[in-house]
Amino acid sequence: MAVRKPPITTREYWAPGHAACAGCGPAIVMKLATKAFSEAMEAKYGDPNAFAIAHATGCMEVVSGVFPYTAWKAPWVHVAFENAAAVASGVEAAWKKLGRKGKILAIGGDGGTADIGMQALSGMLERRHNAVYLMYDNEAYMNTGIQRSSSTPYGAWTTTSPPGKYSIGEDKPKKIVALIAAAHQVPYVATASIGDPLDFYRKMKKAASVDGPAFVQVLAPCVPGWRTPPEKTIEIAKLAIETGIWPLFEIENGDFHNIKFQRFPKDGKFKKPIEEYLKLQGRFKHLFKRPEAIEELKNQTKELWRILGKEVELP
Amino acid sequence: MPMRKVMKGNEAAAWAAKLAKPKVIAAFPITPSTLVPEKISEFVADGELDAEFIKVESEHSAISACVGASAAGVRTFTATASQGLALMHEILFIAAGMRLPIVMAIGNRALSAPINIWNDWQDTISERDTGWLQFYAENNQEALDLILAAFKVAEDERVLLPAMVGFDAFILTHTVEPVEIPDQEVVDEFLGEYVPKHAYLDPERPITQGALGFPAHYMEARYTVWEAMENAREVIKEVFEEFEKKFGRKYHIIEEYRTDDAEIILVTMGSLAGTVKEFVDKKREEGVKIGAAKITVYRPFPIEEIKALAKKAKVLALLEKNISFGIGGAVYTDVGRALINEKEKPIVLDFILGLGGRDVTFENLEEVVEIARKAMDEGVKEEVYWIGLRKEIL
Repeated sequence: MAVRKPPITTREYWAPGHAACAGCGPAIVMKLATKAFSEAMEAKYGDPNAFAIAHATGCMEVVSGVFPYTAWKAPWVHVAFENAAAVASGVEAAWKKLGRKGKILAIGGDGGTADIGMQALSGMLERRHNAVYLMYDNEAYMNTGIQRSSSTPYGAWTTTSPPGKYSIGEDKPKKIVALIAAAHQVPYVATASIGDPLDFYRKMKKAASVDGPAFVQVLAPCVPGWRTPPEKTIEIAKLAIETGIWPLFEIENGDFHNIKFQRFPKDGKFKKPIEEYLKLQGRFKHLFKRPEAIEELKNQTKELWRILGKEVELP
Repeated sequence: MPMRKVMKGNEAAAWAAKLAKPKVIAAFPITPSTLVPEKISEFVADGELDAEFIKVESEHSAISACVGASAAGVRTFTATASQGLALMHEILFIAAGMRLPIVMAIGNRALSAPINIWNDWQDTISERDTGWLQFYAENNQEALDLILAAFKVAEDERVLLPAMVGFDAFILTHTVEPVEIPDQEVVDEFLGEYVPKHAYLDPERPITQGALGFPAHYMEARYTVWEAMENAREVIKEVFEEFEKKFGRKYHIIEEYRTDDAEIILVTMGSLAGTVKEFVDKKREEGVKIGAAKITVYRPFPIEEIKALAKKAKVLALLEKNISFGIGGAVYTDVGRALINEKEKPIVLDFILGLGGRDVTFENLEEVVEIARKAMDEGVKEEVYWIGLRKEIL
């Protein structure tokens, strides 16, 4: 009987025994991203292990590198919160001088990327280091206990954007980090969601395969931060795509006129309402008493699509 | 044959970096050190230095890239000053805690506010608790030599700590002096290739660096930094001896100048030592029994050497271009630590001077000696003095 080749490699770099929560979205990101990297390195350099990881401070760093244990089966270095991209730049330069073939993977959460790490990220992309920056987006500072970041969506509850008599929750639209990265005209920028793991996998492989820098932003729900049951993580990440709130796209060389979309309805009409995405999450619970806030979130989502060059209808 | 060239302190630092053959340099321009990365990029552009020069977007990223490169196992160098060093502050602790022997040249400059580009030592002094070794150069030759020595000490397996070498803004960074450039082969022999056993990011043998230390391990990790700094005392002596053998120039952790039979010893660092030595010569001619001492190695602090120095004089007058508000100069507190349990100790007086590039004149030093003599004859009335302060504009 013919054995089907698994769609993703069976090699593991993210070992079991890490300390992440049950149902952790970012933990899935770590596993898939490193597997994809290894496949790309095997194809590019003939060596699946030809990569090193520079990790920003954050929940995935904390749960994976508790001395004297490690969850990493790859060379891995953590320095601080805001500088994963700068550290990756240094590692890449060192590898170049050592004649070591391979690519560097820098990993940061939304806080370590969209906020405090933005400058270092810009530097790494602008200098064209041969490194991939992976932003796992759980839409708040989850490591410190759910405070808003510039990547927190409109209306979301966090401990620093609490809904109240004079507050709807987070009151600013989510920063569009992928477009900022693409503005550096780097070879490859993509958004992904763990709700479409094979799409994410393909994008990570692509990011690792290009010559020069790449940026991937992947939506990864956080169980305690989003107030969700652990078994719903993937379902919620899927709904983010299906309701249109989380566009999946790729931009090559900063060419904003030729954005490639995935899972986009041909007629531009999303079938599932955003409410289906929101209602599974405790962080949006209060919005259902404030329909105008949900309307505002829909308008912001349409505006995001318009910026990306698509007119959409949301039910 | 060693070559003699007339050059600025910044060029001397860049030459030291070239001779040490770092594989990665990451630096950001800042006055007064800008010429260091400029000169290094010229060396790289001309193929005289085979290194990756990362043109980072900030000092924070400069030191972060150096940490990344050093963690990947290569010799690494950077340069900065003042606000740039302050911007690196957070990562300086991490570089030491991860035991990465990065070497950094610093054109010692005042800190804001008010913004000021001229010399004092507040920048490096403020980083004294980060776990970095600290050397201070008196002249451009020392800037070059101490950077080479710093690599050797930092990379010694008994130490494995990063090192900073300070040389005074403008007084050295921008002033030309004849400097002997050692032969590359001799430097190669002296330094050897850097092949770390503890820091490498090699897919063939994956390691985790920079992990999270719970209370069960954190103190022990910090203790190893303390231990390494203690080990450095002996290693520095060995390195200075070997340096003398290889290059013919002798360095001391504390250099004493005409201290035998001195009643008052003026203790200082950096380029001020040159002025002070000349002043001592003048006073000796007048029959005044004074001497000078220059602290070349400030971290680890030369506790035994200060004890020995203290036995020689009735007054130690510390001349400091830095201030720790609420107590006095940093050297003052350190000397206090060295002498606290000594049965017999001299009077220790602290003189804050030369901040933000204010010239330190012989008149200033006369005033210091006068105050010291008065304290000797009439007892100590004050311990911390600001010298050369323009009280009329306060």
